[in-house]
Amino acid sequence: MNNKIKKILPQIITVLFVLGIFGFFTFNAQINMDNRGIDFGFGFLTQESSFDVQFSLIEYSGSHSYARAYLVGLLNTLLVSFISIIFCTILGVIFGVARLSSNYLIRNSAAWYVEFFRNIPLLLQIFFWYYAALRALPVPEKAGPWFGVTYMTIKGYYIPSFIWTNLDIFLYSILAVIVSIIIISTYAKKLQENEGKQTPVFFISLGLIFVLPALTFFIGGVSLDFGIPVLKQLSKTSYVFEGGIGLPPELIALVLALSLYTSTFVAECVRAGIQGIGKGQKEAAASVGLTPNQILKLVVMPQALRIIIPPTTNQYLNLTKNSSLAAAIAYPDLVLVFAGTALMQTGKAIEIVSITMLTYLSISLAIAAIMNWYNKKIEIKEK
Amino acid sequence: MNSLNFLKSNKQNFYYFLYLGLFLFSISILDVAINSFLKINVTSFLPGILSIFLPLILGFVGLNFIRTEYSGIKSLDIVNKNINTNNFNAILTLLIIFAIIKATPPSLSWMIFDANISGDTKEACTGTGACWTYVKVWFRRFMYGMYPNDLHWRINLAFILVIALGFFGFFLRDNLKKYLALYYVIIYPIIAFLVIYYLISGGSFGLVWVETGAWGGLSLTFIVSFFCLIFCFPLGMVLALGRRSSLPMIRYISIGYIEFWRGVPLITVLFMSSVMFPMFLPEDFFMDKLVRVIIAITLFEGAYCAEVIRGGLQALPRGQYDAAKSLGMGYWKMHIFVILPQALKLVIPGICNTFLALVKDTPLIFVVGLAELAGMLALAKTNPKWLGFAMEGYIFAAIIFWIICYAMSKYSYNLEAKYKTER
Repeated sequence: MNNKIKKILPQIITVLFVLGIFGFFTFNAQINMDNRGIDFGFGFLTQESSFDVQFSLIEYSGSHSYARAYLVGLLNTLLVSFISIIFCTILGVIFGVARLSSNYLIRNSAAWYVEFFRNIPLLLQIFFWYYAALRALPVPEKAGPWFGVTYMTIKGYYIPSFIWTNLDIFLYSILAVIVSIIIISTYAKKLQENEGKQTPVFFISLGLIFVLPALTFFIGGVSLDFGIPVLKQLSKTSYVFEGGIGLPPELIALVLALSLYTSTFVAECVRAGIQGIGKGQKEAAASVGLTPNQILKLVVMPQALRIIIPPTTNQYLNLTKNSSLAAAIAYPDLVLVFAGTALMQTGKAIEIVSITMLTYLSISLAIAAIMNWYNKKIEIKEK
Repeated sequence: MNSLNFLKSNKQNFYYFLYLGLFLFSISILDVAINSFLKINVTSFLPGILSIFLPLILGFVGLNFIRTEYSGIKSLDIVNKNINTNNFNAILTLLIIFAIIKATPPSLSWMIFDANISGDTKEACTGTGACWTYVKVWFRRFMYGMYPNDLHWRINLAFILVIALGFFGFFLRDNLKKYLALYYVIIYPIIAFLVIYYLISGGSFGLVWVETGAWGGLSLTFIVSFFCLIFCFPLGMVLALGRRSSLPMIRYISIGYIEFWRGVPLITVLFMSSVMFPMFLPEDFFMDKLVRVIIAITLFEGAYCAEVIRGGLQALPRGQYDAAKSLGMGYWKMHIFVILPQALKLVIPGICNTFLALVKDTPLIFVVGLAELAGMLALAKTNPKWLGFAMEGYIFAAIIFWIICYAMSKYSYNLEAKYKTER
């Protein structure tokens, strides 16, 4: 009996404590909102937002609703995270491998790269790129082309846009490629397990990726045009680029800072993963008669990935959360558009901040859930 | 690349190859160096693309000549083993050396030779390089924010006292050493809090009151991160114990708390503290913005701290728990006297890393209008008298933060190595 009370009493006290805090807050919030004449509710989401956003992936103007503004912000956040994740992975893998190089210079330059970018606050890096480095770029009329058709100017980076005809056929062909690669690789695996035959899956897949989509150009009536940015004079002194896609400098600064900063952490994950594979594994594989390529593909990588992927996903998650720093340089991400402008206009502090936090929280929890599932799947099953 | 190996040295002509290789290699370096330092293109008589790639080709051939399995000459073997193992490595080596040579003159001349530091106004900056005058003039603002100039000694004194008190624990007499943990976890934070509060904000003991709005610069970064650290540590400890508790309600509440704060970005937490939190407080209750920010960061960082401490708790062998229980210790006795002292020692490097992350995160308080270093930079950059020196300011701030964070990360790395060997 005594034992039972000992177990239940602390729980009751904790729950009451937590409920008490929540109750206290709700009570105060009720009074405060009554005093200021604000009512709680999410009805504002359907109202007209009447503010403009500089850069959006979907069609948006002031006449759209707040919910649409939220979507614009969310998509911008996802866009900047997605681009940064790609770049930080590439950089991270390169520098992580370079840190293990036998070459003294390469090893140490990679180490200094990691130490340098890891130890400067991200916000300062974003500010540096945005306010200092990108401001040194030329104005549109003086910008020379990069790679012939792209222009890096103080107003942003202008790249050609794609103008597709019959895009859907092209996408179907991509889908067909993916499906056929999956089928082929399962079949090849079966073949190897049953008969010991090896099929060059990689080259077949590579061939498919190039051949099938190319076929649609010749047969399917798909064609691709490029909208090349052209300099246009607005008035005597002001020039702009028209046509093509203009990436705003905020986006470039963010991508640069986020990917350089996060790549240092990814590099450390990659290094730890590769170092985590014992020398004996490679020697054992070599003594069975595998070639160096096979050792890398069949023995080292599967084990190293098991160590690398979980912490790297964590870094991706951090990157996505860090992309909220965009608000500091006025890149229209979720925080700036929704928790900034929309909040100023509606004054619905509690609702808007909660929605914003819940959005990030659900992204995090979703990725964490996928990670847990993946970890379960790849963990070494000991019998 | 076997075809490239037709010119390989053998025993007879080894020295010819060595000298020829060194000669070619030094010519390639010399070419790049002259090109970079004196801005003279020695090879301009060659067609364009060849003139660019000539040093690379020469250096590559040179390194290829030098490369041998084993020569018996110590320095040569070290070079071959470290930077010249194969053709690919040789090219990368050359590229890195060239990049360093190419980057040195412009950065040196920008930062030192063409830079200005004299004078007090923008007009003093006449050179083409950096204008360190800007940093010099604004230095006190970058360090202390809007804090009155003649009162800066108070901030300095407070920091010196806090650091001195931190080292005080090392000089305790042996019979008092058992209270060390008590001192660092409870007494030290309280004293430090009182020292900083009374010295920096003043208002009593004959000191002039300085409102928190005037605090700023790097000192604010330290104040915020220091307070957050000392407050988030106990919070993290409670949460970590809660997460490992056998009582389901307590465990779920702790898990919910930790996962919630770890799932949201700090910037939304700061937004919450500045716009949402005042709504949750009683009507006529005013809370300073700095205090709200510190509370928000503490709540946020407490979750991370909890995970670090949980790692320490999990790292302890089960035998420790069993042994404590078999001595008849209850939950609290077991944790206070057996588990926590060992676990906390294990997590010191982790806490160090948390603190590092905290210091790197504090510039974010700029978005809610507190002017710490990044905020002061933004303020100085838009000052009409000092337009156009953003670069110098950010480089200055980056150097300061880099030194602090690098020192801390090295320290935590050393601690980690030390504790690893001790166990």
